Amino acid sequence: MTATFVGMPPFPQSARTALADTQLRSNLAHATSTIRGKRLRVVGEVEDWEQLRLAGAAIKDNTLLHLDEHLLRLEESLTRQGATVHWARDAAEACAIVADVARKHGVDEVVKVKSMATGEIDLNEALAAQGIAAWETDLAELIVQLGDDLPSHILVPAIHRNRAEIREIFLRSMAAAGRPAPDGLTDEPAALADAARLHLREKFLRAKVGVSGANFAVADSGTLVVVESEGNGRMCLTLPEVLVSVVGIEKVVPTWADLDVFLQLLPRSSTGERMNPYTSTWAGVQPGDGPQEVHVVLLDNGRTRALADDVGRQALRCIRCSACLNVCPVYERTGGHAYGSVYPGPIGAILNPLLRGVGVDDQVDSLPYASSLCGACFEACPVRIDIPSVLVHLRSKVVDAHRAPHQRLPKTEAVAMKAAALAFGSGARLGAAEKVSGLVGRLLGGGGRRRLPGGRKQLGRLPGPGAAWTDSRDLPAPPAESFRAWWKRTGGGR
Amino acid sequence: MVCKSDRMRVALMVTCINDAMFPETGKAAVRLLRRLGVDVEFPTAQTCCAQPMVNTGYLDEAVPVVRTFVDAFEGYDAVVTPSGSCAGSARHQHSIVADRSGDPALQRAVSEVSPTVYELSEFLVDVLGVEDVGAYFPHTVTYHPTCHSLRMLGVGDRPTRLLGNVRGLRLKELPAAEQCCGFGGTFAVKNSDTSVAMGSDKARRVGETGAEVLVAGDNSCLMHIGGLLSRQRSGVRVMHLAEILASTEEAGTPQEHPVDAVHDQDTVAHGAAS
Repeated sequence: MTATFVGMPPFPQSARTALADTQLRSNLAHATSTIRGKRLRVVGEVEDWEQLRLAGAAIKDNTLLHLDEHLLRLEESLTRQGATVHWARDAAEACAIVADVARKHGVDEVVKVKSMATGEIDLNEALAAQGIAAWETDLAELIVQLGDDLPSHILVPAIHRNRAEIREIFLRSMAAAGRPAPDGLTDEPAALADAARLHLREKFLRAKVGVSGANFAVADSGTLVVVESEGNGRMCLTLPEVLVSVVGIEKVVPTWADLDVFLQLLPRSSTGERMNPYTSTWAGVQPGDGPQEVHVVLLDNGRTRALADDVGRQALRCIRCSACLNVCPVYERTGGHAYGSVYPGPIGAILNPLLRGVGVDDQVDSLPYASSLCGACFEACPVRIDIPSVLVHLRSKVVDAHRAPHQRLPKTEAVAMKAAALAFGSGARLGAAEKVSGLVGRLLGGGGRRRLPGGRKQLGRLPGPGAAWTDSRDLPAPPAESFRAWWKRTGGGR
Repeated sequence: MVCKSDRMRVALMVTCINDAMFPETGKAAVRLLRRLGVDVEFPTAQTCCAQPMVNTGYLDEAVPVVRTFVDAFEGYDAVVTPSGSCAGSARHQHSIVADRSGDPALQRAVSEVSPTVYELSEFLVDVLGVEDVGAYFPHTVTYHPTCHSLRMLGVGDRPTRLLGNVRGLRLKELPAAEQCCGFGGTFAVKNSDTSVAMGSDKARRVGETGAEVLVAGDNSCLMHIGGLLSRQRSGVRVMHLAEILASTEEAGTPQEHPVDAVHDQDTVAHGAAS
């Protein structure tokens, strides 16, 4: 696998490429509108949905306030039940732990449950570098892996592909990875699922080591929880002899009873189902039942950095449902690859900068701006993450990072903002600026050759940064007289 | 008309974009409020709500602007603005800027002024208790609920209730109305390709309604959608809600291009050659 998010350009450039992909636009418009409709229907059925959201947010917030205590309790519960707990500060440490377990068992392959945390740390690439193949078994992850592609959605990583493309990927790539696609494969969903089932079954039956993430980790019972639709995850969680789970430290919930709230919130928000088909739970090692060697890697990788941000820490409530992606008008048009991370969409636009820090990488710094701040994400979020407010907060962190003396101030924008702040500092100064704009309007719109619908004069194409507007949109000429000047001249029209 | 506003001191916060680019909206708001018995004032010290700075990340630059804002609007019972977005900025973001300033006086002033700010339809329906403003506008229109009025302020169906009582007006439902038009402030230029992709879909839906006028409560969004509708030679114009609600049968159909008309009147009045 060679596909990588590393080195992706900032959002505006990658979005431009994505926006020109007509197949992508069509696939995403169809998929997101379908899943939006499903979600709205099942959320609408729940009378106390808002109370559930508040409860979900409160449980997560309270847990995050005492995260250290809950994590230690989780470690103790897991260890007591025969699991080995590892602590990983970053991606490299986590990958090394998983590779070490695999090497100790002398395997050259592992089967994987769909997991965001392992995608975040590029585990597959790290294992491949050690000669260990990591087989994705979630259908969508399999499509991405076989297509040497990148995931573009948290829940549906191959959302950017339609069934005709999936058929081609299976025909082209399954043989090199194991059992080939059947002859005469059609693009009927049942036929595609059958091909994947046959291909994956070999791997399930053969693999000695399974790798997973976890949706939740219950501190008091030491239970890990994986929520899924296909049952392929359960195969990986039960058939192999050894199971390694990479779990972000924010996944901990204090008690089993807390799952009550999240197992209502998650399926309705993510797949638009009342209940997900498979919920697997396991606590350490149970003799004669499932993997007999169980490892849990508790992963920081920037989460404590996010926790230290008093506005941004609410992003750690995220239960990876994808509701914010599906309702986002930006995501719907650019798709997930433009965000340059396994976490795309509105949550990715805040989570990536929070986990990785701002002021270092232009691509990361571009993400908080990849939003029109329309607020649809906040409305849909089952744990009430106020994504627009966090975006605005992170924009100020990006600007502040570039204020530091050793940094160049970012381009003309900073100059423009300082100039605007000066003009907006007093009504008199703004009035003077408007006189100039009125004059410009008369000069540039004075020809009157072009008029907007309704008859108002318009400006021609603007030079410089203004071209970003006028390349695609007409613009009215500034009026000869501002409101302020009119009020002064007429005494408010009396 | 009897109004609760009899003894209220009401200020018009016209917004910087209306002041500089869309003065007809401000004038319409003044006409409308006066017709409803509100002696609205225009504090000339006002400039901008600081949203362009805040939403681009320039909090330090926003501090003097918010200071100017509270200086201009302190002491009024209500501050009315023909913009959902600017009302949202004043109500939900000024405290962030005040906190950044570290100035307790500014924090206090913001906490006093912010709750007095109303978007126009909120002020008409909630404060004045009016849903029929006596307007006349014999045209087919469709309404786009702008994101900040819809989701930040929660104005709900107030604008469409007001429009529903305008005589002669035929209101067509806009498909996927609640989806963002893609303006987004500096998003419109920083991510212009995505912004235009969103706006193009909005413009297409406006076209599907067969309306001749697209109406909304924010001229910033209308400048974006209207710019696309114009570039497409769509034959659909955009108008602010205030301008439609200010229209009356007595005043006749609104002028075709009122901004230029003002300019022409000026030149006639001053006897200047144009």
